Amino acid sequence: MADIDTGGGGGKKGKKVRGKKMSTRVDFTPMVDLGFLLITFFMLTTSMNKPQTMEINMPVKDENLTDDEKTKIKASQAMTILLTKDNKVVYYFVDAKTGEPGTPLVTNFGKAGIRATLLKENRMRNDRVDSIAIYKEQLQSNKIKEEEFREKVGAIKAFKDGLIVVIKANDDSKYKNLVDILDEMNICNIGRYAIVDITPMEVEMLTKTPL
Amino acid sequence: MSKVKIPRKSTVVDMTAMTDVAFLLLTFFMLATKFKADEPVTVTTPSSISEIKLPETDILLLTIDKDSKVYFSMDGDQNRITLLEKMAEKYKLTFTPDQKKAFSLLSSFGVSIKQLGSYLDMDAEKRKSYKQEGIPSDSLNNELADWVLQARYTNKDLRVAVKGDGEAGYPVVKQVIATLQDKKVNRFNFITSLEKADN
Repeated sequence: MADIDTGGGGGKKGKKVRGKKMSTRVDFTPMVDLGFLLITFFMLTTSMNKPQTMEINMPVKDENLTDDEKTKIKASQAMTILLTKDNKVVYYFVDAKTGEPGTPLVTNFGKAGIRATLLKENRMRNDRVDSIAIYKEQLQSNKIKEEEFREKVGAIKAFKDGLIVVIKANDDSKYKNLVDILDEMNICNIGRYAIVDITPMEVEMLTKTPL
Repeated sequence: MSKVKIPRKSTVVDMTAMTDVAFLLLTFFMLATKFKADEPVTVTTPSSISEIKLPETDILLLTIDKDSKVYFSMDGDQNRITLLEKMAEKYKLTFTPDQKKAFSLLSSFGVSIKQLGSYLDMDAEKRKSYKQEGIPSDSLNNELADWVLQARYTNKDLRVAVKGDGEAGYPVVKQVIATLQDKKVNRFNFITSLEKADN
């Protein structure tokens, strides 16, 4: 076969010393075993998915701002949500005429709880919110482009007379509650909301409200 | 009856192709793997429907565990050394080169700056069992604010991410948010895990 004759200048003649022909086949089984063992190891240790995040924008804290310069919102469009212990949610509206806070209502997280209220209130003030769902569908079926979708949804969410949610959490609430309520804002397509410190008046209101 | 003789076939299978595939996959996973930095605490993040992904670099991560302790971490080895030097200058402390090296390899920590030196002197095993108190972030002694501020001086493109345990109390979250706002960080991220909206 493809042997190289290393006989060298024709010295000995005749008897060539030939090594016994060995098979070139190597048993690959242990190698495959090892390969798969390592694959399993790396597959289990790999964390493929990057963590999800939620973007939070807080207003710039400016000490020099006078009361007149602060953002004023109409009482009729504001809804205050108070987060408290045991995953309970208390919300109230301010009466547009008297300026007095209305009766606080207790609810919980979930579809039938705060979400239903948010959807109802948002729809009542901004009748175009329903079209967001249509745009979303169009985006999924590639009828509209991502930028177009964002622009349209942004315009709807920024509606001037739409619902504004003020989120306040008391000291008994958990971080999870805050994330949950922010999540509801996303689900219910509420464009304008803010996380604000709770006032003593509201703390008192919470203690009076039977949960 | 005559016996039907089945011709014997060799049971040896050519493994070469299988080996090829196995090693291809192995190579892929080895290259794709980024080992999880071991964190001092396990945090169960609350879930949300948000699908925004967190960028991998230039992240300042504030971890809040369920006992409401705050841990700090930042990526970039060199940046961490610079950060430590800046903090040392501010708090009039000195760190040895060994401690700086240890700090650059540290993933996330939750000790006050006074204890940081002795914490860095420990070996990895000891560090794991050491009970960390969390970075002071209350109004009397707000070291967290300095860490955030100096980190932002060190790395201008830094994004702040808060990774909180769902069970962490709101007061500490409020404290952290207030600290961030105070240091003019008005945009930040909450790390959550994915959940499908049930509507």
